[in-house]
Amino acid sequence: MSTTTQRAEAAPDASTTEVVRVTVPKRSLASELRAIRIVWRRELIRYRSDRLRMVTTLVQPFLFLFILGSGLQRLANAGTHGVSLRTFIYPGILCIAVMFTAMFSAASIVWDREFGFLREMMVAPVRRSSIVIGKCLGGATVASIQGVIVICVAGLAGVPYAPLMILGIFVLQLLLAFSITAFGVMIAVRIKQMQSFMGVMQMIVTPMFFISGALFPSSGLPGWLAVLNRLDPLTYAVDPMRRLVFNHLSISPAARAALDPGITWWGWRVPSLLEVGMVVALGLVMLGIAIWQFSRTE
Amino acid sequence: MTSTATNGSRPTAIEVRGLVKNYDQVKAVRGVEFQVSTGEVFGFLGPNGAGKTTTINMLCTLVKPSAGTASVAGHDVVRERDDVRRNIGLVFQDPTLDGYLTAAQNLQLHAELYGVQSDLVKPRMEQVMSMVGLWDRKDSSVNTFSGGMRRRLEIARGLMHSPRVLFLDEPTIGLDPQTRRSIWTYIRELQHREQITIFMTTHYMDEAEWCDRIAIMDHGEIVALDAPETLKAQVGTDRVVIHTDDDDATIEALKDRFDVDARISEGAVTFSVAGGEQFVPRLFAELGIPIKAVNVARPTLDDVFMSYTGSTIRDAEEDAGRNRSRRMMQVMHGGGRR
Repeated sequence: MSTTTQRAEAAPDASTTEVVRVTVPKRSLASELRAIRIVWRRELIRYRSDRLRMVTTLVQPFLFLFILGSGLQRLANAGTHGVSLRTFIYPGILCIAVMFTAMFSAASIVWDREFGFLREMMVAPVRRSSIVIGKCLGGATVASIQGVIVICVAGLAGVPYAPLMILGIFVLQLLLAFSITAFGVMIAVRIKQMQSFMGVMQMIVTPMFFISGALFPSSGLPGWLAVLNRLDPLTYAVDPMRRLVFNHLSISPAARAALDPGITWWGWRVPSLLEVGMVVALGLVMLGIAIWQFSRTE
Repeated sequence: MTSTATNGSRPTAIEVRGLVKNYDQVKAVRGVEFQVSTGEVFGFLGPNGAGKTTTINMLCTLVKPSAGTASVAGHDVVRERDDVRRNIGLVFQDPTLDGYLTAAQNLQLHAELYGVQSDLVKPRMEQVMSMVGLWDRKDSSVNTFSGGMRRRLEIARGLMHSPRVLFLDEPTIGLDPQTRRSIWTYIRELQHREQITIFMTTHYMDEAEWCDRIAIMDHGEIVALDAPETLKAQVGTDRVVIHTDDDDATIEALKDRFDVDARISEGAVTFSVAGGEQFVPRLFAELGIPIKAVNVARPTLDDVFMSYTGSTIRDAEEDAGRNRSRRMMQVMHGGGRR
């Protein structure tokens, strides 16, 4: 292919320019993986070019962490056994920072639909599932990059930079980011307009955040709230995250018991591994539903 | 434009039999049939809402036909969806570029989705972008492009994977006449260079002249199908436009003395008559009303459209437009967006 030497503008006469012909291969696993990779990469390119988004999605979590965390400190002193309120809510804040970003990434499907770009992907000879998986992986990657920023400020919240803990947090938030993006995509597939999506997100994200126990320990709650708390999927991401952080704090057993009581089902303490497994399983189920719905749309 | 392509001599690129699409009660496409030969530029002409886009969507496997069959590049659009998609390029009516990516990134993405061999992506990209004159803008973000540039880029992207059939749905809609002309030059050139079949829709009459053959579509049916020249020859009458001081009296006099039905169109008395140039001397001699100016025109595709559908394409558009705006009003007053 000698196109570099025979530039089209240099030789407009068609007969002298050799046409570069390509053939589109039959669908294969390799071509699907390639499609997943490019959809994923596009999310990253979009993220990189949108600096504002990096800031805006972190404003709210940081407000909670530093303003609410510091402001309510005096009120909380009685119950935190000397532990800073910021330290206590830090794991929850990390979870919601990841959640906000992941939901935002999922919104790009609605955006793409409104701006027509979704069609370009829909007509390509690839499986719809590849597009959804690429989107979810992209959203998860972007969300975990945001998560890393929150991990970086751990010191300001009185959380030590223990390598093992950071690794654990990173893996956990990656899984959470994937599940939340799958959840967001599942909703986004059905919604045609950005405003509606934002409205629906507000309606779902805020209650999930408040109920999850990101801002309070999930023991000794009123009965109705305890039930809601156990039903909220985010609870099962916040709890193992908090346990991971608290494992690396040097605090009194009383403080530990009060602030990190763990999630119980009828008195049985749910192990962290099961909690994480639930988050992942739920994410996979929602991914499945998202793929199924996406494949049905014409 | 010169070749009147006939079926049979060349392999068939598109074959459509009894294609029907119903949406609830609306019959969008009512049994269309046609064939397009390889290498042909085939145009679908008709007002908005005539069923052009629905037909193109069925051929592109985006919409399932309610009845009938269609094959594109030798593959059935329902049973061999993937094979059809691998062999066609699409340029939609609405833009489908990612404005935040550069031109090259948009094409790269397309190449990856279609599985273009990695070592061919760059040379092919250079070729298609040079063809539409955008190679030097390859690293600019698409958001900085004008409407015409975007459309050209979309055409280039549609060609990225060397499709055998390129579908263009209203490729020049919303563009100024000069840009439209340049887009058409590109389309003809690439058809020649790449030896591909082009299937396109338009509602601009003058653009249909660029096609080898056109099908006129109205209310979901094909009402005429042939080369533009042949269709115009079939009309047989010329269009005469005259300017007078008293249009009403002129129309009456034309009816009385020549048995010609005239009407006011675009502010002048207009009528159709066979052998218009021979008619003009008689007109001056016998009309009895002073004529200030006269214009005789050979039949255009507008006249073709008129003779087959009974209205001009603009009137048909206005009707559709009125219905649309009425619907919009209803939606707005209904208080909700869907």
